[in-house]
Amino acid sequence: MREFAYQRATRVRDALEAGHDGGRYLGGGTNLVDLMKYGVEAPARLVDVRFLPLDGVRVTPDGGLVIGATTTNSDAAAHPEVRRRFPALSQAVLAGASGQLRNMATVGGNLLQRTRCAYFTDSAQRCNKRVPGSGCAAIAGEHHNHAVLGWSEHCVATHPSDMAVALAAFDAVVHHESLEGAGETPLSEFYLPVGDTPSRETALTPGALITSVTLPGSAVLPRSRYRKVRERASYAFATVSVAAALDLHDGLVRDTRIALGGVASRPWRALAAEEALRGGPATAERFLAAADAALADAEPLRDNGYKVTLARNLITAVLTGLAEESDR
Amino acid sequence: MERKDVTDHTHSDISLRVNDVTHQLRVDNRTTLLDAVREGVGHTGPKKGCDHGQCGACTVLLDGRRVVSCLTLAVAAQGAEITTVEGLAGDGALRPIQEAFVRLDGFQCGYCTSGQLCSAVGMLAEHEAGWPSAVTTDVSPDHPAPELDAGEVRERMSGNLCRCGAYPSIVRAVLETAAREEVAR
Repeated sequence: MREFAYQRATRVRDALEAGHDGGRYLGGGTNLVDLMKYGVEAPARLVDVRFLPLDGVRVTPDGGLVIGATTTNSDAAAHPEVRRRFPALSQAVLAGASGQLRNMATVGGNLLQRTRCAYFTDSAQRCNKRVPGSGCAAIAGEHHNHAVLGWSEHCVATHPSDMAVALAAFDAVVHHESLEGAGETPLSEFYLPVGDTPSRETALTPGALITSVTLPGSAVLPRSRYRKVRERASYAFATVSVAAALDLHDGLVRDTRIALGGVASRPWRALAAEEALRGGPATAERFLAAADAALADAEPLRDNGYKVTLARNLITAVLTGLAEESDR
Repeated sequence: MERKDVTDHTHSDISLRVNDVTHQLRVDNRTTLLDAVREGVGHTGPKKGCDHGQCGACTVLLDGRRVVSCLTLAVAAQGAEITTVEGLAGDGALRPIQEAFVRLDGFQCGYCTSGQLCSAVGMLAEHEAGWPSAVTTDVSPDHPAPELDAGEVRERMSGNLCRCGAYPSIVRAVLETAAREEVAR
């Protein structure tokens, strides 16, 4: 590991000044410290942001939520208003990592975690995300757990966050601050398309700090659920996951939200599937048609075509479950 | 890239509070809490298994919450109350969870045990605080907290691996301790 300086910031301004020229923000460190051990990350300075006044969850006037960037994953998942308004978000956070890691990890850091593609972590391998222009070893290599949507010939890695999938479904907005001022970016634009620059992952400018995530009251639907399929029952990254919300009225879909995890370089909002459902009856056939719409653009790699089938079945199963709960 | 752009210090004088005792240490900023506790403080209860946050053998309590000490930097743990397995038993008397591990064979080789014990203490407190888990059917705050059963314990303890496979006994020990603490309340 490269040597680094450590600074603990208690004011946002201090953090931004320490972070603007090559400093990296340290939250729980569950991903950053690990990648520093592997030599994938080598910051000259760590700016510890956990003591900034950016933690906690509060209800906004429109019935949505503000979740502070340094709120731990545990506190976000356990918060009564998260569980009441956005149960799928609580479930998504609880589906990720282990109890220990959730106690450490922060909401801001969760959004910025890096892919778990093994070629990214292994410095002996080619990886355009780690070393731009070096190539992608995964496309022709071990890629059964890689992307089926939105990938490019330069990178087929997936985004590992469960939390971000639920945030994508609920129209989250990421609030950030830099020395130039404060800004906000919808989560739908926060993660950049892979294209030919897979090393550029987010719309954040260098030195910018995530300060909070907001969820609008309009995304509070009567039923929501996060379901994750993985290779073991607990403590593993998603093979495919689905965050979905449903608002049924007289058997018709008044509103819905659907996002997929484990299938792309970013949480994948399935707007076409939502459109296919809105205003129509909540039937199994229509759920299946919506799932097909969500996956119409899927282009599986040699060894991960199973993810398309899995995602299709998972979307259908989660929507069916939500509709059954609505009937009760 | 050089060391010349590193103008700040790469070492720190820190005070670490471990098991109610304050220790002054000079550490390279790269030092993990795990290494600082084992080699600087001399408590070898927390174990280094994977050193990547995957096995849980290094689990300690930080301000009462369970964390993996291998991904916690020592310099970032300043100001926190750290509890290792050495600090679980008070006045020589085993904690109920420790006593249950002994009586029910919650271990074989013992390498993961200190992490399992710290994790179990943290996990029981999380459950007591009403936190749901990934196997909790309904996370609504308006429903009572889920009762602990074997499935809940397995999920909540999934961050602690045991290569000997003592899991069935570990689950029994945690469930029995939870039941006894319930009676005691």
